[in-house]
Parts: sequence; structure tokens; C-alpha cells
Amino acid sequence: MVKVTFIEFDKTEHSIDAEKDTSLMEVAIQNGVPGIDADCGGACACATCHVYVDQNWVDKTGKAEQMEQDMLDFAFDVTDESRLSCQIKITDDLDGLIVNLPEKQF
Amino acid sequence: MQANRIETDCLIIGAGPVGLFSVFELGLLDIKCDIIDILDKPGGQCAELYPDKPIYDIPGIPEITGEGLVSSLIKQIEPFNPVFHLSRIVTELKKVDDRWEVKTDFGDTFSTKVIVIAAGGGSFQPKKPPIKDIEDYEDSSVFYSIRDKDKFKDKDIVIAGGGDSALDWVLDLHTSAKSLTLVHRRKEFRAVPDTVNKVQELIEAGTINFELGQINQLSGENNKLEGISIKNGDQIKDINCQILLPFFGLTMKLGPVADWGLNLNENLIEVDTEKFETNQDAIFAIGDINTYPGKLKLILCGFHEAALMAQEAHSYIYPDKKITFQYTTSSSSLKKKLGVIS
Repeated sequence: MVKVTFIEFDKTEHSIDAEKDTSLMEVAIQNGVPGIDADCGGACACATCHVYVDQNWVDKTGKAEQMEQDMLDFAFDVTDESRLSCQIKITDDLDGLIVNLPEKQF
Repeated sequence: MQANRIETDCLIIGAGPVGLFSVFELGLLDIKCDIIDILDKPGGQCAELYPDKPIYDIPGIPEITGEGLVSSLIKQIEPFNPVFHLSRIVTELKKVDDRWEVKTDFGDTFSTKVIVIAAGGGSFQPKKPPIKDIEDYEDSSVFYSIRDKDKFKDKDIVIAGGGDSALDWVLDLHTSAKSLTLVHRRKEFRAVPDTVNKVQELIEAGTINFELGQINQLSGENNKLEGISIKNGDQIKDINCQILLPFFGLTMKLGPVADWGLNLNENLIEVDTEKFETNQDAIFAIGDINTYPGKLKLILCGFHEAALMAQEAHSYIYPDKKITFQYTTSSSSLKKKLGVIS
């Protein structure tokens, strides 16, 4: 199991034991983390699972690829730490991962 | 706008897979359908959100893309000649004698015996960026979709976004605008290459302005926009404008369905599991938009619901006729309807 922490906009923390090889979005949905809408169900087609990766973890999660960058155009307040959580795969390297959630998915 | 009055037996709201398949089930029972969708094409989420994504749980089809499923369904319902009314949303619904009257934002009115709501996750509507006070300027200075571009003539326009809609409107509006500024969070655009090239030429020629960044503040008075602030890293830049056109894609909203007097449960329409009828006579709800004990949001469940719904819809349209249950494999009359025998 890989421990990941979602921090809501109001600073509420959700620490979850995530299963390997699932996506970070799935972890959020299956554990009822509010603030991840995931309208399209993980197809990288809607930008409603936007998260900000904690700066210390950006190197481990990597940067968004082309398709994800394109889709991030449809998110709001996008920063260098922005990722779509459906495109982050849970691996052993991400044990301890922290991501922050935007005020709302829009 | 065109004023149009259409009489029909059955009006289907939503042209996603379940709405499309209900044309088939209703058609086998001699019910002619008109079908409305807010998108400019049939297919709903399958067409808009994941045309290329494989679907693995359609019975008998191990793998099919969203687009593939939609085109197969359209082929399957061809014998029943459904009439599509696209790019419009139902705004009003009321009972007139024993029929329902339905109005759309396109200006047309439908008079129908039966309504089938197959609206999935709701209607696709433009995303509204969460900028403070943006709602104060909506419909006066801020527009998410464009129906009448004349009102932007000789104005200072800001277009936000980097997709097809944003760039198409840049090309369309820059000649009649006083000035046009495109605001996008990065230098890359995601649109048809030819469109991207044309926009880049306009930027290089200085015909339009390009600002890197994201809008973080609006300023103005009495619902009239006077300017915006653009944030790029730590830098803030102010731009004067009277019109802001944000294009950030589409999102699903329940929309006007909420106002039709239907029993809702967490934004889903409550139905029974025998007929999939709502609390209003002759209004059915099938697919992702309905709820009942044990409901699963699967396309295959929507197909099942469509078949059972059609049986009850028949009783409203042909109250004196009894249905004899038949199989398409063996029934000559069904095969004639499908056009496979003459």
C-alpha cells in the first residue's frame, strides 16, 4: 500500500492507503474525497480532477504530457504544479505523496 | 431564431446512447420519435467526452469506442427515421390538455404525447471560470457562447482559452472588433492546425494581442465590464475591455430539468422500475439521469430501461391497442419495420 494525502482547499486532510497501479483520481473517488469530480471517469477528457502536486513531489509525479497539458487548458488557475489526478499512477515511489485540491473543479 | 411548431408522439430529450436506442425500442412499437440535444451532434458523452475511449461492457461487443457505439446505434435506428433537433436545450415544459408542450431556446415548440428524458449527466454547458463577481457581468459583458456577434462590433474584446472555440472566434471577430486580445495560460494552442497557424500569423502581425496568463480579476460598474487583470506568475497586467468571452470547454449541468416538477433525489430523477416513469404521467426518465433502488449508471442498464419504458409509452400513444410481444428474429411484422424483409 502507498500512503497518499489529499488536502482540501479548506485544509482538511485525507490520508489514504492507496492501491498500486490505480490512478490518484480513482483513489480519491473510491475513498469519497470531496473536490475531485472526475466527470469523464478517467479518460483525460474533462479537467475536473485537477490537483496541485506538493512542490516536494513534483519530480516524482513528473510533468503532464501533451494530452494532459491540452486538457489542463480547461481547468482554472493552472500552475506549474497542476496535474490531472486521473493521469497520476500510484507507484511505490509515491509513498507519502501530498496533493492540494483547488477551491473547486469547474 | 425560428418559430417552429412540431407535433410528435414521443419527444426524447438527449441523444446519447440510451436516447438513441430508445428510438429503436419505440420504433418497434410504431412510435415515431423526435430527439433533442444541446450538442451539435448525436452521441452525448460518448461523442463529446470519450469518442476514442474503448468501452468494454456492451453485451456481445468485447470492445468498441464511444464513437463506434454511437455510429452503430445511429445505423440501428435508421429504419425508424428519427428527427434530430440539435444545438438546443429544452427550456419549458407544461401540460396542455392530454399532451405535453415543450419549448426550446431555439424558439421551437413541440406538442407531444410522451416525453423520454435520457439526458445522462445533464446538459453540456459552457464552463464558467470561477472569477470573482463574473456573474455580475454575464449576458451584458461576459458571454460563454455567441448567438449574436453584432453586439461585439467596435468593442475591445478579450477572448480567454486556447482551444478550437477560442481560436475560431478570434478569427471570426478580429475584423469587426475595435481591439482583440487573446489570453491563454501557455503559448501552445490546442486546435485544428490551420486555425492555430492563422491565429499565430495575426499575433505576429500585431493585428491581435496575445497575453500569456490567466484572468484573475474583473473590474467595471453597473454590470458593464471595463477591464480585466491577467496574472502570469507574479506579474499582473491590466487590460481595458468591454467584452470578455471565456472558452474553457463544456461541463454537465442538470439545467432546466430541475424546474419541471419531477421528483428528484440528489439531482437524479426518481422513477419506478417497472415502467421507468416519473411522478408525472407520460414523462419517462432512462439512463444515467434516473435513480431507483439498485441503480447502476451503465449504458447497458439504460438499454434495458428503454425497452421497458417503450411498453408503457405505447399505452399513452395507442391506448386502445394491445401489444403482442414479439422477437425481431422471428416476427415478420418487426422485420418489415426494420426493412430487412419487404
